[in-house]
Amino acid sequence: MAKLARRDGAVKQTRQLTDYFYDPKVRGILFQVIVVALISWLVYGAVLNTVNNLEAQGIASGFGFLDRTAGFDISQSLIPYENTMTYARAFWVGLLNTLLVAVLGIVFATTVGFMIGAARLSQNWLIAQLATAYVEILRNLPPLLMLFAVYFGVLKTLPSPRESLALPFSSYLNSRGLYVPAVHWEPGFGVVVASLFVAAICVIAYWAWARWRHTQTGRQMPILLPSLGVIVGIPLLAFLLMGMPLSFDPPVQGRFNLTGGIALLPELIALLVGLALYTSAFIAEIVRAGIMGVPTGQREAAAALGLKPGQILWLVVFPQAMRIIIPPLTNQYLNLTKNSSLAVAIGYPDLVSVFAGTVLNQTNQAVEVILITMSVYLVLSLLTSLFMNWFNQRMALVER
Amino acid sequence: MKQLVRVAAALTAGVLFCATPAAAQQSSVLETVKSRGQLFCGVNTGLAGFGAPDDKGNWKGLDVDLCRAISAAIFKDPNKVKFVPLTAKERFTALQSGEIDVLSRNTTWTMSRDTSFGLSFAGINYYDGQGFMVKRSLGVVSAKELSGASICVQAGTTTEKNLADYFRSNKMEYKLVVFEKLPETIAAYNAGRCDSFTTDVSQLYAIRLTLGKADDHVVLPEIISKEPLGPVVRQGDPQWLNIVRWTLNAMLNAEELGVNQSNVDSMLNSDNPSIRRLLGKEDTFGAAIGLDNDWAFQIIKLVGNYGDSFARNVGAQSPLGIARGQNALWKDGGLQYAPPIR
Ligand SMILES: N[C@@H](CCC(=O)N[C@@H](CS)C(=O)NCC(=O)O)C(=O)O
Repeated sequence: MAKLARRDGAVKQTRQLTDYFYDPKVRGILFQVIVVALISWLVYGAVLNTVNNLEAQGIASGFGFLDRTAGFDISQSLIPYENTMTYARAFWVGLLNTLLVAVLGIVFATTVGFMIGAARLSQNWLIAQLATAYVEILRNLPPLLMLFAVYFGVLKTLPSPRESLALPFSSYLNSRGLYVPAVHWEPGFGVVVASLFVAAICVIAYWAWARWRHTQTGRQMPILLPSLGVIVGIPLLAFLLMGMPLSFDPPVQGRFNLTGGIALLPELIALLVGLALYTSAFIAEIVRAGIMGVPTGQREAAAALGLKPGQILWLVVFPQAMRIIIPPLTNQYLNLTKNSSLAVAIGYPDLVSVFAGTVLNQTNQAVEVILITMSVYLVLSLLTSLFMNWFNQRMALVER
Repeated sequence: MKQLVRVAAALTAGVLFCATPAAAQQSSVLETVKSRGQLFCGVNTGLAGFGAPDDKGNWKGLDVDLCRAISAAIFKDPNKVKFVPLTAKERFTALQSGEIDVLSRNTTWTMSRDTSFGLSFAGINYYDGQGFMVKRSLGVVSAKELSGASICVQAGTTTEKNLADYFRSNKMEYKLVVFEKLPETIAAYNAGRCDSFTTDVSQLYAIRLTLGKADDHVVLPEIISKEPLGPVVRQGDPQWLNIVRWTLNAMLNAEELGVNQSNVDSMLNSDNPSIRRLLGKEDTFGAAIGLDNDWAFQIIKLVGNYGDSFARNVGAQSPLGIARGQNALWKDGGLQYAPPIR
């Protein structure tokens, strides 16, 4: 403090030392420095103290445990995992499982939420009432209760693996999950993938051209059908030309379960359905509020210009409603991600179940494990917020 | 400005306070328990025979009796215990953080728990091993047939690793489903999510009785692990470790010497030096662990010997009807062998 004051004092000698102390700017900086220093000291003290206490109690500490062999199995993994791998690997498996539910859950919740939100404003009395009932029931139930209801409901209704429900494409449904054939790439499939890229580039170019033409001539080009045709058609052609370079490994009946194929676990299905239903009710309300927040004048003006109802919704109402919708929507996405940690209750191997559960119990390194787990959720939340803020800025009114 | 000074002062005080390590460890557990007037004992959330409340809310079980015995030794009253129900996942944290004084909850003594968890096991009150339960309708008679099966387990137990070891060494496959709590684990097994439920065999027997028609489920003969269950305390208080250890040993020695709940009063007149030492008529073993000399007399009088407790909770007189087997005294061909009170 004295140092800072003296240096400044040397430059402007006319001012007294005490003047600086009463200068709000200098004082502001000074106190911030003090507070940061104190907080760092506090954190340092807390860490030191924790380490000392753990040592005094004979409890192992440090992050070395991450390299030790896990020794337990995990029911679902997006990356290769075996029980001979490390705790660190188990962490990644859990994290990816969490991300999977979070991303899929957000997609489903948003889709359903927008539909229900629009339905609440429907002219049709019955549809509006049903949507209201949906929202009122779902958002007033505790999410954990919903998960249990969905999970055990699913288990009770699905047949045992010996009486699996046969679905098209050699798929089966039973109380152990939804089994679909696993797909393996044969040589030559690379060409199909490449053709998909080419198709995508063509479509994007076509969009740009259509847009340019629209601004130039005011004439609209059909977008959806040609795009779909190209995106599906070209790779399909390549696929057929290459002699269908895919092989399927369909599930077959074993003694206890179906073997082979890919299984979507009932835990994953229940968790997705539970989280999506719960969050969609909140999203529906946000969407309704957003749409109602757009002045009716806008709609009337659009109608007066001769736009069709669908066009009014997509071109006039939604873009403006989005500005109202996005900020609270971000909150719902964060909630859904955090609520996904309820997975542990119904046996889905998410980060909390695998890492803050089994790993914590086997290593007993609660401080380290919880610290890592909390940081992960913090980072996930911050990333979601960042993305949504960026999206929000893009959607903001461009004022000319 | 004043506000800021106050905040700064509080922060400083916080750091100074925090930086004094292990200030909590000053008074001994025995002193704490005595001045509190109650023992805090961690037990199962509900496992018949080991630790579960009955229909009147009284805690019953082999593990519960051990805590009652400790209470009898300290307070001459078996009921000065607060039972804290804990799930498999919560138990060690509860003990480490001082929420409970002793953990008596079908907990397996393993080297990692005994060394790097900051805990000490005080003995073994039940020799157990992990087994499998399956629905009878599956027609499975051996665990060796379980390749490809789905298996339900509870998180936070030794079970998960044993299972992985067993299937790996037998080159079999399995599908695992892990639940946090016991009720959901059992509900999922019951709903057909899994072909088998696995945990310590004693627990399988206890749980089988709760599954509606117990006869629809069989416990397979294979025992895939050693699960020595026993009471646990925090490291760092040798006197408290001794109290818990010798409470269990006193119950075992009493059975060996033929001293039980109904004859303990008349045994006070026995000339057998071992019995006289046990009941505090000779020597000062009570003082050696910080208790009155009639500590073991109170345990046997108020709770009973090991055999009394076993029969009442898990053995012949209980719905579980588990045979003494490995838990018989060493002189009857079992493993229960307590060091002498001498
Ligand atoms: N002995 C094993 C397993 C003990 C255990 O926790 N068993 C479970 C499954 S029966 C249990 O008692 N759960 C009851 C609960 O969590 O409340 C261990 O110490 O890890």
